[in-house]
Amino acid sequence: MTAPVRYPVRTRILHWLTAVLVFSTLFIGFVMVTSLGSYASLRGVHMTLGVVVLAIVAVRAANRFTHRVPKLPDTVGWVEHKLVVGSELTLYALLLAQPLVGWAMVSASGRPAVVFGSLALPRIAPFDSDLYFVLRQTHTLLAYALVAVIAAHVSAVLLHTLTLRDGMLSRMTVGLRRRPPHWRQTVSAADPPPDSANFALARARCHAPCNT
Amino acid sequence: MEGFRSVFGFHPGFRRNHAKGVAVTGYFVSNGNGRELSKAAVLAPGRTPVIGRFSLSGGHPGMADVPGAARSLALAFAFGEATQWRTAMLNLPVFPDSSPQGFYDRLLASKVDPATGKPDPTAMSAFLTAHPETAAAMAVIKQHPPTPGFADSTFRGLNTFFFVNEAGVRTPVRWAFVPMQPALPAGIGTNALFDPLVRQMRRSPLRWRLMLTVGSAGDPLLDATLPWPADRRTIDAGLLTLTNIETEGPGNARDVNFDPLVLPDGIEPSDDPLLSARSAVYAASYRARTGEPKSPSAVQVDEVAP
Repeated sequence: MTAPVRYPVRTRILHWLTAVLVFSTLFIGFVMVTSLGSYASLRGVHMTLGVVVLAIVAVRAANRFTHRVPKLPDTVGWVEHKLVVGSELTLYALLLAQPLVGWAMVSASGRPAVVFGSLALPRIAPFDSDLYFVLRQTHTLLAYALVAVIAAHVSAVLLHTLTLRDGMLSRMTVGLRRRPPHWRQTVSAADPPPDSANFALARARCHAPCNT
Repeated sequence: MEGFRSVFGFHPGFRRNHAKGVAVTGYFVSNGNGRELSKAAVLAPGRTPVIGRFSLSGGHPGMADVPGAARSLALAFAFGEATQWRTAMLNLPVFPDSSPQGFYDRLLASKVDPATGKPDPTAMSAFLTAHPETAAAMAVIKQHPPTPGFADSTFRGLNTFFFVNEAGVRTPVRWAFVPMQPALPAGIGTNALFDPLVRQMRRSPLRWRLMLTVGSAGDPLLDATLPWPADRRTIDAGLLTLTNIETEGPGNARDVNFDPLVLPDGIEPSDDPLLSARSAVYAASYRARTGEPKSPSAVQVDEVAP
């Protein structure tokens, strides 16, 4: 049984939804703490996005067990493979921890986190100003950690897709299927083999000649 | 934050403004009249626990109690609950500033010159020329000189909020807590206002009536330097009773950020720019001080002579 070429549609949708939401939440978070006039409204949006991210990442974590993962290109060696697995786990952990820390931090200051305008979430931490400070600092630390891990994640995929040209990004893209570029040069368009075979074929043919 | 530090010095563990204060607890009994304006649980007939803090404006936690310093009463109704309502009020008829920039500029202009022991008069007059709204507000404040003590001060929310009732009708409201007792005369020494407050609360609870003032069309909603006309309709919404007073300490009002935007369902902020700015600056002050070592507050309730 061969691994699929791409992630299932539901996984791809969840991935890009998370990407947009997390980018927005981080961006608003960094802006709001230096803003006076927009602080209150941005805080409301930030907390709302935060709980949505928490819900979606929880769904994603569960979804992750429902399907097999598309095979990584052969350009990924075993060391890098370990890094891929490690960074994926780190991202999941950060994306779950960050909204929870934010929620707990607001709880520790003795107030409910209010989302979607007026929905007061239950408090998940006791009122304790020392605990608040620890959680508040952690929230900032995790925000920077998220930025760093996301930057590494994006850089690695771009490195593979643009420099090694191994079609890494196409595992997660939505829309028209894009094949590895060298495959197009080497396989006859008149007789396209099935997808799984495409990859094997492309890889076989690219082994030496593609770089020359 | 930097402005307060440059004007008042660095006092780790204390609020950056209203640094000197004392914690209180009590309860609010609503008579239900406020339901006409707002569906907030605190305004339904019944009793809500309250924690609070009396304080003086200024960033020095050991400052002397001077009559000119603005007195504050900050309250959190139903603290810790989802229906919580926090408010930080002053004993002034209007707020001196209409914008965060005005507040900041006034803070810097009021910095005491070490050579004279007083603020630089040219800096203050330059500020008032640049901020006519503050000059006008100061004139209104002058017409309402402070009372002898905390117990007989009227504390006002100053900023305008919208009360939303069950039918979804939004009404602009300003609120005030009106005292039900005279105050003991001011004492002497650095705690000339706090000491009589402690003595009075040992004898009997202190009470304030919550008065809601209903705004009319054309009343200023975004500018707390402008008073509303005196003939506006008011609603008596219930009675606040403060029963206990204690030194600031872990877990009491010391550790509460009286963010004016912690509001229950049924009370909404107006677009007054000061509200968001207060929320932002209080959060920054709270974050800073919760991470700093604590030292004893100047008002030690147990040390006040009977």
